[in-house]
Amino acid sequence: MSAASATPARRDRAQNDALFRYVLRLADTSLVLGQRLGEWIGHAPALEEDLGLANLALDLIGQARLLLSYAAEIEGKGRDEDALAFLRDAPEFLNLTLAEQPNGDFAHTVVRQWLIDAWQIEVYEGLAGSSDTRLAAIAAKALKETRYHYRFSSGWLVRLGDGTAESRARAQQAVDSLWRFTAELFTADEIDERMAAAGIAPQLAAAAERFGRRVAEDLSQATLVRPAQQPYPWHGKRGVHTEHLGHLLGEMQHLQRTYPGVRW
Amino acid sequence: MSAAESSVAEQEVWRLLAKVPDPEIPVLSIVDLGIVRYVRSAADGRLHVGITPTYTGCPATAAIRSATRAALDAAGHRDALLEEVLSPPWTSDWVTPVGRAKLEAFGIAPPAAAAAGRTAEPVRCPRCASLSTERISEFGSTPCKAHYVCSACREPFDQFKCI
Repeated sequence: MSAASATPARRDRAQNDALFRYVLRLADTSLVLGQRLGEWIGHAPALEEDLGLANLALDLIGQARLLLSYAAEIEGKGRDEDALAFLRDAPEFLNLTLAEQPNGDFAHTVVRQWLIDAWQIEVYEGLAGSSDTRLAAIAAKALKETRYHYRFSSGWLVRLGDGTAESRARAQQAVDSLWRFTAELFTADEIDERMAAAGIAPQLAAAAERFGRRVAEDLSQATLVRPAQQPYPWHGKRGVHTEHLGHLLGEMQHLQRTYPGVRW
Repeated sequence: MSAAESSVAEQEVWRLLAKVPDPEIPVLSIVDLGIVRYVRSAADGRLHVGITPTYTGCPATAAIRSATRAALDAAGHRDALLEEVLSPPWTSDWVTPVGRAKLEAFGIAPPAAAAAGRTAEPVRCPRCASLSTERISEFGSTPCKAHYVCSACREPFDQFKCI
């Protein structure tokens, strides 16, 4: 093969790999957050919230399945959604670091959900007009669910923030402790840039502005204070995670790892 | 098949699918829910039936697919192709007027009729028709329902979510 004919093929492979990793980032963020929310089942402060968190988890895992199936097809190595979900180790997961953070108290769960809902709204809105028609269809579908999730999470943010002294203190504590993970949401790396250049993914800079405005409005309505941005060493979307992801996967993957190929 | 014949075959399949119940809310058929997107006799001589999920994670999706397949098979449409359609995404606007009436009679408040401004619309109690109702939770016992209570008759009830 001549060098001239090898170059476009290499470029296509690089583009394909970038798309695979981009879709995995979306899929893993939904999957890991869905798994986290599932930990609340039977433990939420009230039955309605137990049902609510379980419903959020169900939607997120549904979105993850669509995205993982698509990622598996892009990869083209014979893996399927289950192989990607249950047989990868933590460094191969590309979810946002925020998604894997422990549930903490109800305020932590609400703040984490609210931040990711607001992020997903921006990303899915952009992706709904993607040049990749499969991603566009998944995003348009997921967007409807995500807007509904945001109603739940932003509503609770305001109720907790503008609630009792105790609920306000806890909500502020959650915002303070989770804020450091938000820098990752809109920091574009070479994969984000490549996807944006191809018209597949939205430009993160514009999305970050809209996200910032939305979050500031919600915080002010909730009488909460926006913390200063802090430096962050976590890069979940590159596979560099906090210690929490390994424990989450240990539980999520236990059955498939212990009894490979087991079926209901 | 002539155009007239294929149209007859399509109508027959629509009638058939109108008898397939939703597994979670069996008072509704999958046609009432608006999840059957098309029935087409294609150039390849086969019937193509398109269905779309209501929610991405709805556990009923697989059950609906197999019930639809079984109904087609039982009616002799073994070579019909069942296709899953994602775009455009399902909306509660696609619940038919018949479906809405059935929901209300069953005790579930139907979704608001039009897409715009629907979150602001008052929800009518399916039991006493009062508009004085209050949302208890955005979520309920299935992905498609929210939880309300009526301030007039004090009965709790499900609302079919507007999405």
